[in-house]
Parts: sequence; structure tokens; C-alpha cells
Amino acid sequence: MSRQAIGYGLLLALMLVAPTVVYPVLVMKVLCFALFACAFNLLIGYTGLLSFGHAVFLGTAGYVAGHSIKVWGFPPELGLIFAALAAAALGWLIGSLAIRRSGIYFAMITLALSQMMYFFFLQAPFTGGEDGLQDVPRGKLLGVIDLTDDYNLYYFVLAIFVFAFWLIHRTIHSPFGQVLKAIRENEARAISLGYDVAKYKLLAFVLSAGLAGLAGATKTLVFRFATLTDAHWHTSGEVVLMTLLGGMGTVFGPVVGAATIVTLQNELADKVGSLVTVIMGAIFVVCVLAFRRGIVGELSALYKKMTGSR
Amino acid sequence: MAEDCILETRNLVKEFKGFIAVNDVSLKVRRGHIHALIGPNGAGKTTVFNLLTKFLGPTRGSILFNGQDITAEQSAQIARRGIVRSFQISAVFPHLTVLENVRIALQRKLGTSFHFWRSDKSLNGLNGRAMELLAQVGLESFADMVTVELPYGRKRALEIATTLALEPELMLLDEPTQGMGHEDVDLVKQLIKKVSANRTVLMVEHNMGVVADISDTITVLARGAVLAEGPYAEVSKNPAVIEAYMGTAH
Ligand SMILES: Nc1ncnc2c1ncn2[C@@H]1O[C@H](COP(=O)(O)OP(=O)(O)O)[C@@H](O)[C@H]1O
Ligand SMILES: [Mg+2]
Repeated sequence: MSRQAIGYGLLLALMLVAPTVVYPVLVMKVLCFALFACAFNLLIGYTGLLSFGHAVFLGTAGYVAGHSIKVWGFPPELGLIFAALAAAALGWLIGSLAIRRSGIYFAMITLALSQMMYFFFLQAPFTGGEDGLQDVPRGKLLGVIDLTDDYNLYYFVLAIFVFAFWLIHRTIHSPFGQVLKAIRENEARAISLGYDVAKYKLLAFVLSAGLAGLAGATKTLVFRFATLTDAHWHTSGEVVLMTLLGGMGTVFGPVVGAATIVTLQNELADKVGSLVTVIMGAIFVVCVLAFRRGIVGELSALYKKMTGSR
Repeated sequence: MAEDCILETRNLVKEFKGFIAVNDVSLKVRRGHIHALIGPNGAGKTTVFNLLTKFLGPTRGSILFNGQDITAEQSAQIARRGIVRSFQISAVFPHLTVLENVRIALQRKLGTSFHFWRSDKSLNGLNGRAMELLAQVGLESFADMVTVELPYGRKRALEIATTLALEPELMLLDEPTQGMGHEDVDLVKQLIKKVSANRTVLMVEHNMGVVADISDTITVLARGAVLAEGPYAEVSKNPAVIEAYMGTAH
């Protein structure tokens, strides 16, 4: 326990000084996607559900935050909470429709429903269509702290991330998390022990959607706009890639995966242009063929091997 | 409930696209008995279990538990009533520890299973009871092992411990000794006998030694229908039963 605590402490210290070394907006982008991937991992890694439409929660919350802050004049903290709740509500709706199916059917239903939402956003007047919802003001946190300052915003985003990461960590290591793992491991057996598995899956789905929404809303605040890209199925695919690359079913894998992908995209975008997509595809293939457990999964397996099993 | 029958099926039928897997089965399981359900492969035994626990819906017929019609209930609901099943292939949670496997069954009663904000340390209060259950099946020294590493026979013992954790009134065991060596078979046989002391057991079993030794009543199923019913000594001499078993040998 203490070694783990030291590890987290070091990481947190690193994150506190990170913006002095790296461009803060880039780190904030990494944090948003890391949160998105962690939320996604709660479903795939700990419940065994592959949602292939998770971008819909990122995108929806982005628009809800943008609209409520820009048009309705919500303060930023309220906008974020409201957007996360909206995403959770949408998660409840989509989850209720998809959860009775499993495997590929579940993935297809989530994809289909998220595509419906995508086309709705494309047409709806308040989203700005292809142009996106522009000029969302960052405002003042609790009416005091000016978030237009990148450094102030950075520490706010970091606090959001730490809170959400803690919540996910807690969920995984809770009585509820135990039941989720049981469902992932052997659903029929969980049923035969008297668990209404659909209800547990639905709660996991709602939590995951809400946290993905928190990521999307935070992203809107960072970039000052909400975009259609966030709701696009490409983004749903990207979060699968991040989680797989980092190591699904590991607490830290999605963070590593998101950091790697976002940084790569950032570095490569100017140099190779649209080849980025090809490179991402190649990473995906290598990952599936050679690193089944992802970066964190392989590393911890290696560590276990070197220190003798257990 | 004149003769205290815990479970009754009335004219149970299950059709799969025209194929009749379970044909007009009317069973009566007496409270406190070990009741064996036997029959050649494909006779419909597992399907009967699936019907009883609602993993499959019956095409026709009804199921009564303690005199109450439970035909329309959901699987999890039936389990909460006290009918807990095992599966033909081993049903453990492979990547949880042996202790956690049993604890999953125990934790439902705490009523905190939806509490995602609560630490799982709150489950440690169940460890004592879990260890008792593991001790009952001789697994206490394996408590911290990841279940996937257990030998096969031990996994089946763990399944029984997990099922017992729910203190079921009626235990349904689908081939509990399948794929085991002699010693393990004997262990499991003794175990079933032991745990049946204050409950009812309905089990599918191929090993006639086990059936002969511990069952009070036997129902023979062939091609989905009840062929014979009664105590072992009687049923084993029934020409129709002998014929059904010989038939599958060729
Ligand atoms: N889900 C299913 N769909 C179609 N046929 C099934 C299904 N389950 C079982 N059967 C068929 O029903 C018959 C009885 O199977 P089962 O109950 O598993 O037999 P056993 O007595 O060996 O346990 C078999 O012929 C099997 O192929
Ligand atoms: Mg069978």
C-alpha cells in the first residue's frame, strides 16, 4: 500500500510542476483524454462491456457545457457538473437500450445510437454544425479565480482529473466493483448467485458516461469550443486504442495510452500530415499482435516475473 | 404440500425450433432428499436445470417452489428465493482469489453491492464466514490463491462452498464430479452428503457409484421424458432404464 501511495505522490508532484516544462494546454488535453479513457476502461476493463460509441458522451457534454456557459451564463464549475449529469442521463438512456445485449451486439447498438446523436448535433442549430460551438468563455472559478489564465485553469483541470481518477479507483475497489468483476469473469454464475446483472451493468455504464462527459466538458473549457469531432466515431475508436495501448483492466493503463496517443498526434500532425491515421492504425495492429496486455499490463507482468510470481 | 414437496414441475416442455428437448416432465422433489437426475447424454438434464433456474423459458408447463408458482420469475430472483445452481462446466470467478469467490456470494446480504463510493475493505467483515465455508470444503489454505491456479477438483469444491454461502434451501448440482479422478469424486461425494443435512439437493450425475451411495430418489430422463422414478435399487433393475443406457453405448 505504502509503495503505491509513494508512487501516486511522486506522480502528483510531477503533474504539479509539469506546466512549467510543457505547454499547459497540451498537458490539459492529455488529462482530458486520460480521464475519458479511464472512464471507458471502467466499462471494458472491469465490466467486460465494449461500448463503441463512447465519444457521444464526450461530445454531448462538450456541447452542454459550452451552451450552458456561453448562452445561459452558467459559471464554469456549474457548467461542468451540469454537463456531466447530462452525459450520465444520456448514458442511462443508451445503456438501458443496449445492456440487454452482449458482445458485438452491445457494441453495435452503442455505435448506432451514438451515430444518431452525431447526426442530430450536425443538424441542430445550437451546436454550430461543422464550425462547432465557438467562443465559450472560461469564466471565473467560484466567481474568484480567473480561468483565462492557463496556469490557473491547469490546476483546476488537474484537480478534476485527480478527483475523477480517485472516484474510478474507488469504484473498482468497492463492493460494487467486486460485483462488476464477478460479472466480467462469469456472468451466468453472478446471476445464479442472485445478482440482477443488468442493473449493475447499467450503473457502471451511467458512471462511465458521466465521467466521460466530465472529460468532454473540461475539454470545452480548455479549448473554448465544442466540436463535432468529439462526437465522431473516430473518437470512439481512439479511446479504444488508448485503452488497449495502455493496458485495459489496469488502473493506470488508460492514462499512459492517452498520453502516448495525444503526444504522438501532437508531434506528428505537422510533420507527416494525414499519415497520422496510418501510423495510429499501425500502432493498433502492433498492439493487438504483440502487446496484448498493453504497455502497463506488459510492464507489470515483466515486473512480476522478475520479482518472482506474486 | 401433503408430502412436503419443495419443488414440483408440472408438464414441463421445452422446444428448440421444433425439437423437443424436455417433454412433459413432472417432477416432485421431496424436502431434505438428495434427488438424482440421470439419463444418457442429450437426455435433457441440463435443459431441465436451465428451465428450473430460468436460464431458459419453458415452452409450456409450470414450476412450483414451496407450493408457489415461480414459472414467471427471473433467474436472479429465483436464486434469491433459495434455489441456487451450479453449472456443468466449472463456474468460478477465475481471476478473483478463492476467498473473494466465496465473499461475492456473501456480500449480497450486506445490501451495499451498489455502493461504488464505499471501500471494499468494508467486505473484510465477511472474511471469517468465508474462511469457515472454505474450511468446510478443505480449501482454507488456498484462500489467497488466484482461483485460475486451483486444480480442477478444487475448483468444483470452491463452487460448492460459494453455493453454500447463500444457504440455499435447494441446491442444484450439474455433474459435480464430472472430469474428476477417483479421490476427488469420493471427496465431493462425502461433501454433498454432508451439506445435504439441512437442505435439499437435486443433482445431475453420471457416476453411478455416487448416485447409488447417496441419493434417496432417482429420476431417469431419456429423450426429454421421464422414463422411471424411484430408489436406486428399483430403478437400476428397470428393463427400460437398462435398455436406454445400453442404447447409447452403441
Ligand atoms: N440452447 C439450445 N438450443 C438448441 N438445442 C439445445 C439447446 N440446449 C440443449 N439443446 C439440445 O437439447 C438436448 C438436451 O440437451 P441437454 O439438456 O444439454 O442434455 P444433457 O442431458 O446431456 O444435459 C440435446 O439434444 C441438445 O442438443
Ligand atoms: Mg448436461
